[in-house]
Amino acid sequence: MMLALRGVACLRGPRLLFEGLDLTLDAGGALVVAGENGVGKSSLLRIAAGLLRPAAGTVERSASLAWLGEATALDGDRTVGAALAFWARLDGASAAALERAMETMGIAPLAEVPVRYLSTGQRRRAAIVRTIAAGAPLWLLDEPANGLDRDGVAQLGEAMAAHRAAGGAVMAATHLPLPLDGAATFDLARHRAVAA
Amino acid sequence: MILPLIRRDAMRGLRAAGLPVVFFLIAATLFPFAVGPDARLLAKAGGGMLWLAALLAALLPIERLVAPDAEAGILDQFTVRGIADEAVAAAKIAAHWLGFGPPLMLAALPGAALLGLDGAALWRLEAGLAIGTPALAALGVTVAALTVGLRGAGALAGLVLLPLAVPLLIFGAGAFDAGGSGALRLLAATALLLTFGAPFAAGAALRTLRD
Repeated sequence: MMLALRGVACLRGPRLLFEGLDLTLDAGGALVVAGENGVGKSSLLRIAAGLLRPAAGTVERSASLAWLGEATALDGDRTVGAALAFWARLDGASAAALERAMETMGIAPLAEVPVRYLSTGQRRRAAIVRTIAAGAPLWLLDEPANGLDRDGVAQLGEAMAAHRAAGGAVMAATHLPLPLDGAATFDLARHRAVAA
Repeated sequence: MILPLIRRDAMRGLRAAGLPVVFFLIAATLFPFAVGPDARLLAKAGGGMLWLAALLAALLPIERLVAPDAEAGILDQFTVRGIADEAVAAAKIAAHWLGFGPPLMLAALPGAALLGLDGAALWRLEAGLAIGTPALAALGVTVAALTVGLRGAGALAGLVLLPLAVPLLIFGAGAFDAGGSGALRLLAATALLLTFGAPFAAGAALRTLRD
């Protein structure tokens, strides 16, 4: 078991978004968090990542995680290669691993371009490259397909499949269909897990 | 883990170091126009004026110290990697000082010449800046972390930082009086307290940003 949330509640300002939420994620598993806007998908992911303290309940993680948030977290004034290399160095990833991840997401030709010149979709691809290159077993992805074109979504699907085949786990919040075979869907509005 | 953070911030800081330095020199140029060309008066008051200029120059970079990283999600990425908020704050303070302290100490040379400070006064100014600029950098990062996301953060930062920096100004400018080495010791004590307390205060501010 890589991630376990027990009895988690989330309070945003005066609003109780959800409470008594239990979920677990095992190695090789995938979980898609669904629900309409404002139901608390991003908050749930931030709680799972340890970025937000739950109002009640516990979060247990047995593996390091890679976080793909709404923001790209890449320095606009640096080139794509340099901005990604900064994170790769922090994560202890090799230059070869970073290069492979850039090939996977199809942005290897953009390595010398400053991040601020990238389109929304290209930035998203670069952020996914950081997630892949981090080498963390647990991926927490907030709307990973936002801004991606059809090829980009397919490449993301391949990356997630390879990650799970290698024993990794993926938890994603999304309102777009994601190519994740055999993923359980967690409907946050009813908050109980529905097996695929 | 913390060295790459310092290097990243320091590179960005050094690229933007020109702004506080130019501001400092312009302020030093303006004082003679304000108080008149009396060389004795300028030499006597010049040290304190340069300290005031340094204090005001410390306000300029505040808005770019923490807010851009918070908005870009970079602080979140540090957090999920298990880097403590205090360590991020300490790295930002060290990096900010590298891009602020030494350039300001260099700019103090022409600044002192403009106001006609003698060698002893210049030495006291440089010693004071060497002791005081780390504390100014620490205050800058702390105030930047406290004001992230607030409307008018830049102006508010000035209101928060300047009163906290008053002891630095008093002891830094006091070093030019007779018996100034006592003032330098008090400056060192104040700077030590501010510099080593700031990572905890700024770290707590970064933590509340996430809630």
